[in-house]
Amino acid sequence: MSNVAEISTATSRAAAANNRGTARSRAARIGTERVIRGSLLACALLSIVTTFTILAILLVQSASFFAMPQVSAWEFFTGTTWAPLLGEEKHFGIWPLIAGTLLVTSIAAAFALPVGLVVAIYLSEYAPSRVRSILKPILEVLAGIPTVVYGFFALAVITPFLHDHVSESFGTFNALGAGLAVGIMILPIVASLSEDSLRAVPRSLRDAAFAMGGTRFDVSTKVVVPAALSGIVASWLLAITRAIGETMIVALAAGGLASMTLNPADEVQTMTAYMVQIFTGDAPAYGIEYKSSFAVATILFVITLSLTVVGNLFLRAFREEYE
Amino acid sequence: MRPIRAINAFLVAAVLGSMAASSAMPTQDPKNLKGAVRVDGSSTVYLIAEAVAEEFSKVAPGVNVTVGMSGTGGGFKRFGNGETDISNASRGIKQPEIDACKSHNIEFIELPVAFDGLTIVINKGNTWAKQLTVAQIKKIFASVDTAKTWKDVDASWPSDAIKVYSPGTDSGTFDYFKEVIVGKEGKIRADISVSEDDNVIVRAIEGDKNAIGFFGYAYFAENQGKLSAVKVVNPKTGAAVSPSPATVEDASYAPFSRPLFIYVNKASLAKPAVAAYAAFALENGAKLAAEVGYIKLPTVIYERAKANLAASKLGTQMLDENGMERMGILADIYK
Amino acid sequence: MHSLGARTQSSTRTRTPGEIVAAATPTSQAGRRIVDRAFLGVCIAFTALAVLLLVVLVVSIWQDGHARLSWQFLSSFASRKTEEAGVRAPLWGSIWVCVICAVAALPIGVGTAIYLEEFSKRSRFRSFIQLNIANLAGVPSIVYGILGLTAFARAFGTANSESPITFGQPESFFYLQLPFGHGVLAGGLTLMLVVLPIVIVSSQEALRTVPASLRTASLALGATQWQTTWNITLPASIPMIMTGGILAMSRAIGEAAPILVLGVPLFIRSTPTNLMSDFTVLPLQIYNWSMRQQSGFHELAAAGIIVLLAVLLTLNALAVIIRHRLQRANG
Repeated sequence: MSNVAEISTATSRAAAANNRGTARSRAARIGTERVIRGSLLACALLSIVTTFTILAILLVQSASFFAMPQVSAWEFFTGTTWAPLLGEEKHFGIWPLIAGTLLVTSIAAAFALPVGLVVAIYLSEYAPSRVRSILKPILEVLAGIPTVVYGFFALAVITPFLHDHVSESFGTFNALGAGLAVGIMILPIVASLSEDSLRAVPRSLRDAAFAMGGTRFDVSTKVVVPAALSGIVASWLLAITRAIGETMIVALAAGGLASMTLNPADEVQTMTAYMVQIFTGDAPAYGIEYKSSFAVATILFVITLSLTVVGNLFLRAFREEYE
Repeated sequence: MRPIRAINAFLVAAVLGSMAASSAMPTQDPKNLKGAVRVDGSSTVYLIAEAVAEEFSKVAPGVNVTVGMSGTGGGFKRFGNGETDISNASRGIKQPEIDACKSHNIEFIELPVAFDGLTIVINKGNTWAKQLTVAQIKKIFASVDTAKTWKDVDASWPSDAIKVYSPGTDSGTFDYFKEVIVGKEGKIRADISVSEDDNVIVRAIEGDKNAIGFFGYAYFAENQGKLSAVKVVNPKTGAAVSPSPATVEDASYAPFSRPLFIYVNKASLAKPAVAAYAAFALENGAKLAAEVGYIKLPTVIYERAKANLAASKLGTQMLDENGMERMGILADIYK
Repeated sequence: MHSLGARTQSSTRTRTPGEIVAAATPTSQAGRRIVDRAFLGVCIAFTALAVLLLVVLVVSIWQDGHARLSWQFLSSFASRKTEEAGVRAPLWGSIWVCVICAVAALPIGVGTAIYLEEFSKRSRFRSFIQLNIANLAGVPSIVYGILGLTAFARAFGTANSESPITFGQPESFFYLQLPFGHGVLAGGLTLMLVVLPIVIVSSQEALRTVPASLRTASLALGATQWQTTWNITLPASIPMIMTGGILAMSRAIGEAAPILVLGVPLFIRSTPTNLMSDFTVLPLQIYNWSMRQQSGFHELAAAGIIVLLAVLLTLNALAVIIRHRLQRANG
């Protein structure tokens, strides 16, 4: 499609539009323009309204949670017992939920970050274009699979496999099965975002390194990867954010016992899984447990927001360098 | 007001009529009924409600029945807020819940639908805890003097840590269990895994040799091949009894035999769809309860429930004038 | 384009190729070649692992579920009897919710993108909105569920759920009530919030592909900004916008967590008839079936997944077709 031809179509259409326009008064045209501009602005403002509404809801509800006499902010932020429903007395120490979230996320990251990066390097530096044209759609398919499917996969395939072939100590709900499923879920995010960064590294850098006698491995790992590092880090951070906020996989496969554990065979409860437990079991809007889930949601929101902000900073740094 | 009278006529006919099949529904043709019935509450009663809703939607296809599973307490909270028409409960309603209903001007009719034998379940590979006394169960579940390992319960048992699973704290099953085991003031230990969905407990216990948990009999009946039921030593007779329809009905499975209820919002009864659903639930309760694994009530109780529904008899009979729970055999309490 | 010299000067992290080769020289040429080969092996192994995982996933789900697939499975409601159960209610629920989500998210998302790309100058305000959208994309979907529950289902608690304000008759399609409660409208709008950042960003990318010369030509002829956008920029970018929009919708169809928080019934045997109708969606039905222990329900969950994936594949195919059609139509 030639640009000149496009411009000529464009001009003819614009001229047509202009002719239509002349029929009306100029003032009316300016008026329409203003109305349209205003409604477009309103659309754009909705995203800001969304953010502030989320913040307001979380903060108001968390405040009323902390205002309850049974709750101490000190215990919430430092406590290592999360027992909102049972026991001699209620305990709201957030750390077991954070520990559960971190355990699942670490397992996912330990799997997906290196594997995703290596797949990205392969796609960008090694793979013949035909192989690439097959693999890219496969990654897109993986990325498009709903997370509830990965949850089912964890429950129906991964955990039975761990129980039968790794250790009897893996119960129906365990951190490793859920973590691996989350890892599979974020793998395509790491791979495709990292690959974008790797491919954005200028050809000239590679050519120069090859000219100096470097092997493909030398060029990939010592020139291209370092040059794309901020983009890769951004892809990692965004993937980790997704892992932390993932809900359906952990609700299906990780279990419901909030505990401070490092054992991947143990049952853990993540922040999101706790929220599911409360919102599915006790929907009406009162009670301390219900409010506690908003405090947990606030922590989740703050963590994921910080990671997203940092990830976007890395991404911007990368774009500024190359685009 | 014509439809209501028609429904009442139909109810009377239903009471007098046979208990047999739903297809014999007289007078107003349920096929023409329209509207929605919102049901929520106990996960124990859910299995019955699901069956009732399904069969009901076959005879009254114009009615949208939705069933939720928020637990008995969660269900009553929504019921007391006017969000649902019918609340499923695996225990009687409690005084604070009645007060909540009152504050929103909600009146209700109490209808027992089945018996349940709260069942304590273990993994198939558990060869030691085949039977337990109430004291031993307390040692496993209570928050004081808690058994961390099986050895703490009985010196001859393995020294592996016990993993405990429980239905949600909003469930009637949990309330009932807690009151039997640790009493009103006692507490259940905190380091246990809680789920409002009993299927989750089945899954967890099936996968772990050291796991123990409890739920309504139907969930055990559905999963007999996957779990073992613990025999409970009857505190009066000293005999270890397995839960079964026979032992629940004759009350020898003690102290865990209990009735299950549905509570109907009186205002909702003005809607023909809700009235028909409630009548249908009583009409078919015995059959469907047995089908999903619960135990049918004595016929006389169904008759009384139908009469109470027809007469819109308000309030609970499970509490006395002082708001205390009435103890004893259901047939003596529910009139 | 960056020249190599400029690049090495500007970057402190990257070493020059000369340094790299110098660093590599201690190893023999043969040794380096072996490392290269070995790394290629690792690359292929890891990539094969990723592909293998997808294969295992698809095959295991197919094996579990394919026997259940039938017209009856698509046309039946949920049932306690596994052999009679089907996905009619969640399938229609998903379709309703997705259409509502599309009707709400596409105009707002594209509108936002047009505002940012065509109507706003590079200002602090614009970069604030842009940053805000980027951050919204990272908010876990369960948090949007809380927002949907509070704002749409409960109207911030301003209206009483016992006695909602109603407009019209429940039998009509135009029946409305405030607050929306747990109906399809609340579900669709909640999902709109989830996918809005995706729609905005992909629409922006689409608008950016339109050459500036086209706009300049139109503006030079006296067309207003909006006339230029409506007659020139949008037609040129609509295939990409539609593709992005459809991909966003497939994300919406797969979302379960926000709907779970919104609170929909577990058991439902009806399809929506108006915007306030009760509903459930495919991912939630799959979730509920997965939770049930008996193997029959397990197979139902797998069959439900196959249906869900088929819907997603159809949507993706649709995206490809639309892109081709519109590209041709635009010449």
